[in-house]
Amino acid sequence: MISRRNALNTLAAATLAVSVGVSALSAQAAEDTIKVGVLHSLSGTMAISETTLKDSVLMMIDKLNKDGGLLGKKVEAVVVDPASNWPLFAEKARELIQVNKVDVVFGCWTSVSRKSVLPVFEELNGMLFYPVQYEGEESSRNVFYTGAAPNQQAIPAVEYLMSADGGGAKRFILLGTDYVYPRTTNKILRAFLHNKGVTDANIMEAYTPFGHSDWQTIVTSVKKFASAGVKTAVVSTINGDANVPFYKELANQGIKAEDIPVIAFSVGEEELAGLDTKPLVGHLAAWNYFMSVDAPENATFIKGWHAFIGDGKRVTNDPMEATYIGFKMWTQAVKQAGTTNVDAVRQAMYGQKVKNLTGGMAVMNTNHHLSKPVLIGEIQADGQFDVVWRTEGEVVGDAWSDFIPESAALTADWTYPWICGNCKKPTFTN
Amino acid sequence: MPRRITLSLLLLFAAVVIQAPARADQTADQLTGLTAKSFNAKIAAVETLAASGDARVVAPLTALLEGRLHIRKADGAIVIVKTRNGEDFFFDPLTGAPLGEAKPRSSNKIRLNNRLRGVLHGALGALTLFSPEVAQRLTAAQAMFKSAGAESLLPLAKAYLQETDASVRAALARTLAAVRLRHGSDEEKLLAAKMLADFPDRDVRDLLANTAQTAQGELLAAVARTSKGIERRLSFFNILQYLFQGLSLGSVLLLAAIGLAITFGVMGVINMAHGEMVMLGAYTTHVAQVIFHGYFPGAYTQSLLLAIPCAFLVTGLFGILLERSVIRFLYGRPLETLLATWGLSLILQQFVRSVFGPTNREVIAPSWMSGSIEITGGLALTNNRICIIVFAILVFLVLTLLIRYTDFGLRMRAVTQNRAMADAVGIRSSWVDAMTFGLGSGVAGLAGVALSQIDNVSPNLGQGYIIDSFLVVVFGGVGNLWGTLVAALTLGLGNKFLEPYAGAVLGKILILVLVILFIQKRPRGLFALKGRAAES
Repeated sequence: MISRRNALNTLAAATLAVSVGVSALSAQAAEDTIKVGVLHSLSGTMAISETTLKDSVLMMIDKLNKDGGLLGKKVEAVVVDPASNWPLFAEKARELIQVNKVDVVFGCWTSVSRKSVLPVFEELNGMLFYPVQYEGEESSRNVFYTGAAPNQQAIPAVEYLMSADGGGAKRFILLGTDYVYPRTTNKILRAFLHNKGVTDANIMEAYTPFGHSDWQTIVTSVKKFASAGVKTAVVSTINGDANVPFYKELANQGIKAEDIPVIAFSVGEEELAGLDTKPLVGHLAAWNYFMSVDAPENATFIKGWHAFIGDGKRVTNDPMEATYIGFKMWTQAVKQAGTTNVDAVRQAMYGQKVKNLTGGMAVMNTNHHLSKPVLIGEIQADGQFDVVWRTEGEVVGDAWSDFIPESAALTADWTYPWICGNCKKPTFTN
Repeated sequence: MPRRITLSLLLLFAAVVIQAPARADQTADQLTGLTAKSFNAKIAAVETLAASGDARVVAPLTALLEGRLHIRKADGAIVIVKTRNGEDFFFDPLTGAPLGEAKPRSSNKIRLNNRLRGVLHGALGALTLFSPEVAQRLTAAQAMFKSAGAESLLPLAKAYLQETDASVRAALARTLAAVRLRHGSDEEKLLAAKMLADFPDRDVRDLLANTAQTAQGELLAAVARTSKGIERRLSFFNILQYLFQGLSLGSVLLLAAIGLAITFGVMGVINMAHGEMVMLGAYTTHVAQVIFHGYFPGAYTQSLLLAIPCAFLVTGLFGILLERSVIRFLYGRPLETLLATWGLSLILQQFVRSVFGPTNREVIAPSWMSGSIEITGGLALTNNRICIIVFAILVFLVLTLLIRYTDFGLRMRAVTQNRAMADAVGIRSSWVDAMTFGLGSGVAGLAGVALSQIDNVSPNLGQGYIIDSFLVVVFGGVGNLWGTLVAALTLGLGNKFLEPYAGAVLGKILILVLVILFIQKRPRGLFALKGRAAES
């Protein structure tokens, strides 16, 4: 039953995607334009999150063109729909680079889609900007990671929970959706907690399928695990659609943030839309950006977004900021290099600085990860977050976690000339 | 409500305040401590305010807890923000005197974190322990369980002696025992450890486990004994809890599958777009709520009740349309039906995504549907789940009666059992087909109304239920509503009793494997139709 469904799913999604792809292709492909590929799912499970990012890229291209384009040329978006289908991501990436000859691609959300396109970008020497917080343990010469690495989100979040202000938690429940990002993040967190003296007896780990909707048992077991006389906190890497039923169940079973705080890594303003957040006030999220941050750049960005999308109620979120930073950095690097040639732009990317939306400065490091501030926000009754804690300045993204023994010694450095020549793997020095 | 309480409190303590004007100024001074930047300073300020015993601080502290205590940008004064008819107004935090209209962005909210929230709950508890309102006294007594210090012992004991309401008395006794266990003399601690055995809930277990970490000798033994007793009671409640959760999951499965039991079970149409009917029902609920609230803001109960017939009609009519335009050309060709309806489901999903956008839509639950009923300390049944169980049973009963006793039901059964003979006696079988498909779709729409209360209202809503629905119908036996009921409940209960041991992922796999094995043994499911009808 399952395999038949999957086969059908693939087939149908492929048909749908092809039709969308063709319509995008029909956009005029004049010689004197710079082409930007947009590889975000516009249908299927991930459309809920990725459509917003497609719109963000289009908004930025629109603005760039109004300001006179890039290198004296117009910038043109080539939008394709990989339809939340991981193998299709790879096909679409190939199509963007080989057929449409795009100069850069902004795209992907889930780690599995990124892993799927990675070989394509490395083989064809493309350039991908990946805008979502992820599990780390990766650094590709062809990818710039503008979302948070674990040390820019997961680790500071747990440190906050262990601090006096965060409640001094000593017992942790790691809840996640069953795929690569939560599993790897929790592996890193477990190692980190061991390091801090938390024993395995005080860590509970549970995984659920994608789109899990019945959270009764898990919330009950959270309550049970939390009544052992030690302050307990929940770290949630639950992804996508499953969050709404999870938070509804939390609220209905009366779990208050003062008693058992839940900190989430994949829940932002967008995910809270469509949810009554009054019973959830005080539960937390860790990001590098919140819509509520009071900064002039942020106000301008939100205003531009509302004008572009034509809806004054639409929210902004962290991956949008990451897309914004990535796009701005790429345009700066292109201007500096004077060409869109991938190798030249890549060299120009290092050390590139862009003002982030929270009043600080984003810097691209030679490991292809950004320097970002870490913010902890509390859910408010209006569906926004209030920042209760933030790092002093920016944290440099660490591609390889220091808390996993195999990768502690690894560092990635892509500055020219990289040690192993035209290598497909990061250079390791220790 | 807080304002009314504040007012009555103000009246009660007016005399005290008038006698001590000097102290009033002092309280106002102490209030400015709340504007501090660091949370530590704010917590200290709350503690000072609470210790002052001045009843007027209840209003600002409550406002702080609710995020309505602001700092006015113009002069840095602390004000309470209240909304009247959609507009914000400032009020004095201590006297409650109106200070004029609040322009947007003219004030900053005083921020709080979870630690401050905990301290506030405790402080407000101590301040409202003698409130004239029972509900507030109950909240106060419960709030003080976690945080109350040794200084609260005397007021708590006094409140306990005065109390007339049984539930507040019990809550006070529980809190009193907790405070004694934490701060009392050795004898008091011992007594408290024994007394807490009367309150078998998770918070008490938590407290006892915490005490056990430092307790010694006789006290440790008493704590261990009480803990063990509570543990035994809790594990019994746990079984009841699983039972309830299984019933709840079963009723969700029943709702999702029962429409399919009609279209697939009775008519034999492999309808892959069934999930999208459920999704359309959920969106109808959303639209009904939005339109209804344009005229009657806040009437959530009525809009949800209104959504039930709306969803049934919308999806039902859509089902009839579907049957007339697509499905009737495909009878007897299961593979083509499967492909056509699957394609249709994708079209519907993308259609909804284009119209409503890819993000989730909000369906606000009426207040009586959120929260939970606490049967005893360790057993809480969530209201929305109870409602869905009742709703599922009602839908099932009405549907069974409809098929059993109405004229339409009779025709439907006749067509199912022997189409040729039904045609021969003058039943318009094509009309019955359309109506039956409409009925199945309409019931799916009803499921959508229920699911909008527990799940995402998103274009993908239906996808998550289609496989489970087929599983239930096939397991229960095609063409039998009772089979669907038994199958849904069996799968629900099975899943919930397996999940705590196997985990959510493995639990689901196990259920799937068990059903496949069962189908191998009995290909026609739990309740197979017998006789000639089954052969056709």
